[in-house]
Amino acid sequence: MADTKVEQMSVNVVKEPSMMTGAIPRKHWMDTPVTFKPGNYCYPAKKSIVEYLSKGLPGLFGEPREWKVEDDDWQLPENWVEIILQGMRERLDKFRSFKVFMDICVRCGACADKCHFFLGTGDPKNMPVLRAELLRSVYRGNFTKAGKILGSIANGREMNFEVLKEWFMYFYQCTECRRCSVFCPYGIDTAEITMMARELLHLVGVGTNWILEPAANSNRTGNHLGLQPHTFKQNAEFLLDDIEEVTGVKLKSLTFNRKGAEVLFVIPSADVFAEPGIFTFMGYLLLFEHIGLDYTISTYTSEGGNFGSFTNNELMKKLNGKMYAEAKRLGVKWILGGECGHMWRVIHQYMDTMNGPPDFLEVPKSPITGTVFENAASTKMVHISEFTADLIKHNKLKIDKSRNDHRVVTFHDSCNPSRGMGMLEEPRYILRNVCNNFYEMPENTIREQTFCCGSGTGLNTGEIMDLRMRGGLPRANAVKYVEEKHGVNMLSCICAIDRATLLALMEYWNPNVGVCGISELVGNALIIDGEKERDQDLRFEELLGAGEAGESGNNEEGE
Amino acid sequence: MKHAILAVIALIVIAWLGSLVGLNYLFGVVFPYLAFAIFLGGFIYRVVNWAKSPVPFRIPTTSGQEKSLDWIKQDKFDCPATSGQVIGRMLLEVFTFRSLFKNTKAEIHDGPKLVYGSSKWLWLFGLAFHYCFLIILIRHLRLFLNPVPGFIGTIEFFDGLFQIGVPVLYQTDLIFVGAVTFLFLRRVIIPQVKYISFAADYFPLFLIFAIAMTGILMRYFFRVDIVSIKQLTVGLATFSPAISGDIGSIFYIHVFLVSVLLAYFPFSKLMHLGGVFLSPTRNMANNNRMVHHVNPWNDPGIKPHSYMDYEDEFRQFMADADIPLEKELPPEPEPEPEPEEAAADAAEPAAEEAPAETPAEKE
Repeated sequence: MADTKVEQMSVNVVKEPSMMTGAIPRKHWMDTPVTFKPGNYCYPAKKSIVEYLSKGLPGLFGEPREWKVEDDDWQLPENWVEIILQGMRERLDKFRSFKVFMDICVRCGACADKCHFFLGTGDPKNMPVLRAELLRSVYRGNFTKAGKILGSIANGREMNFEVLKEWFMYFYQCTECRRCSVFCPYGIDTAEITMMARELLHLVGVGTNWILEPAANSNRTGNHLGLQPHTFKQNAEFLLDDIEEVTGVKLKSLTFNRKGAEVLFVIPSADVFAEPGIFTFMGYLLLFEHIGLDYTISTYTSEGGNFGSFTNNELMKKLNGKMYAEAKRLGVKWILGGECGHMWRVIHQYMDTMNGPPDFLEVPKSPITGTVFENAASTKMVHISEFTADLIKHNKLKIDKSRNDHRVVTFHDSCNPSRGMGMLEEPRYILRNVCNNFYEMPENTIREQTFCCGSGTGLNTGEIMDLRMRGGLPRANAVKYVEEKHGVNMLSCICAIDRATLLALMEYWNPNVGVCGISELVGNALIIDGEKERDQDLRFEELLGAGEAGESGNNEEGE
Repeated sequence: MKHAILAVIALIVIAWLGSLVGLNYLFGVVFPYLAFAIFLGGFIYRVVNWAKSPVPFRIPTTSGQEKSLDWIKQDKFDCPATSGQVIGRMLLEVFTFRSLFKNTKAEIHDGPKLVYGSSKWLWLFGLAFHYCFLIILIRHLRLFLNPVPGFIGTIEFFDGLFQIGVPVLYQTDLIFVGAVTFLFLRRVIIPQVKYISFAADYFPLFLIFAIAMTGILMRYFFRVDIVSIKQLTVGLATFSPAISGDIGSIFYIHVFLVSVLLAYFPFSKLMHLGGVFLSPTRNMANNNRMVHHVNPWNDPGIKPHSYMDYEDEFRQFMADADIPLEKELPPEPEPEPEPEEAAADAAEPAAEEAPAETPAEKE
């Protein structure tokens, strides 16, 4: 839990002098050095982890070593400035986005109050424009004539240790959520800038353990938790017992690493491991059993999430490559993906380019409805919400909505599916069809304007709890609004990181609101052949009254 | 800010002194030509330079529903799936500043309670500024073209529709000065914007303001020899520049400031004019999963940790957990009495096949 009590935090965010509360810093931002203290930074990566990753991708993660963020000496390589500048030069030549975004910002300030970290901290360097200037100033100072000649008059500066510290602080207070980029008149995307900055930081060996260790685990064991194949399978199978207890049905369709299955199902691994993800997983399994899907889960690619995407494009590609490799080995026809945010950013915007096109797969076709997913014609990968929405639309599911009557639900659009994919309607359509009480949060906080959970891109680590609770405040505040107005008690989402981080966020700001995946609510509502009278939901919580079994085809068109 | 204001004042003084000592040809002909050449060359250089960097990944910012299932309505302008729809999105962006139109203002109140209000002033004045600039630019074509095309007269007629004063007051002049003033004032009044602003933000504003003011002074207050001006400007346009008569210092100041703006343009943030067209988050279709996008520097050498390496490491565990294998467990060295059954179970059919081909990991 966070160090600061919620009562105190509630006062702090409104009263403490910050740019959100009307205080104006006296000093220029370039003359305001960062100070690291416990609670405001993530722990650096362990030496053994960096060694392991460097074996696969030499030169991208710097010198493996033990170092401390609060030390004055980070034991950087002697030529670290040169490495950074050379890295910048290379990336300016490799990424048009980087080059254009370094040049065209007019500092209109439209992005300033769009960032959840700015809203929660009031720290001027959390304004997306200023976050970018941290990097842009070095770009000007080294790559533009004006910056070289005029120096600080043109807001150009040299790369030095203070700047590096600033980068490490503020590019790990950005979750690459892209909210600012929605409002930017030129589409400048701070996510791109943060990605570049993090690539540069890793080049000189400045990375966090909470990102690199899960990435190393994903590489070796297949999932970020480091669960070995047998443990992964056992964890998943335990959940079958829970399902049997709730529904009276022993599911038979769950298999692992099975060749010749029609569909490879890839999930964020937390779904077999931690609450409330496990309930989402139970929902997936019930759905597949209900429709008789021929699917398998692979222990080798048991992580849909891609912690490489928080480091550099090379590691992103390396980790992502497992999905197609495994689909090929198992001989499946297409791939189905579970509920996970940044996993889908990578699948939607990077996978096919990095590791595709997967010509050995077929254009996904739902074996139940016959729908051909033309929108995935090249990647051959479909989102579980698209798949489920299609099933509901074709009346293929027997649903008893009343089994979710004990839930008053709202929906959190996860950053990546909304702003890096555009999946807004499918989850809502599902929600409207599996539960009776669904209320939207205010319009400035949902859909493409949704607020991050405050802990994405590898920031969901315990050592920065206060920061996370601040960054998550805008989201929590919008939930509070519907909690007070409509009695919302369940925050649903389609992201595994959300399921972990929103849980902490709700416990802190709105303790009466739970967190669930959409598929959990689907699982509650599904009427499975041979099931017993259900009086509990997948969490073993009592249902509201006795559920009355609905009929197939009573699905409602969503409003 | 002080650097920017001093710079503009210095520019005005330079042009004024220049006209006093008779450097008319330098300020009236040489600098304008030079500035225009720098502007054109610089603009092209910058755009080509940006274009030289590839777009490795397809990264549109999706701001609406994607094209997915047939019965789900796609948001064509905020989440385009085809080139035509991208053009639609870009046109709306360039001509109506659509993203800026979405702007909101956040406030935090006791509770804590965050509220988001509509905030359209920047959009409104930004739009007014750019459109007035454009109209004023078009009106100036009168000075360079002979005969004057009819559409310029039409624009002038509507611009001076209210028939106030002699010469007739153009609304755009008034709105333009108002908009520039707004853009300046918000920069010094809004703390967040003030904190991020520096010389490169103030200088163009002061420069443009000074250009507008000298233009207005010339048209409405000082009498300048319009015939001589037209002779010079048409001469510039036809590459036969000649200066006759005494045009007046105010004209040379105006022209010099415009020259500076032109020359400064390609090396400044004003290049957002060109950059907005090259912004990958706006000018790409969100057809990522439909159409393969090529990254020219994609490294095929980066392979995933291979399945065989994975199985090699965990084969025993996998066998014990009844997870199918590619390769059988090695035969037990010594038939010990106890752990026999695990090995027996592990002999799955899949293990009979030859090891699958897996690319060697890049290590």
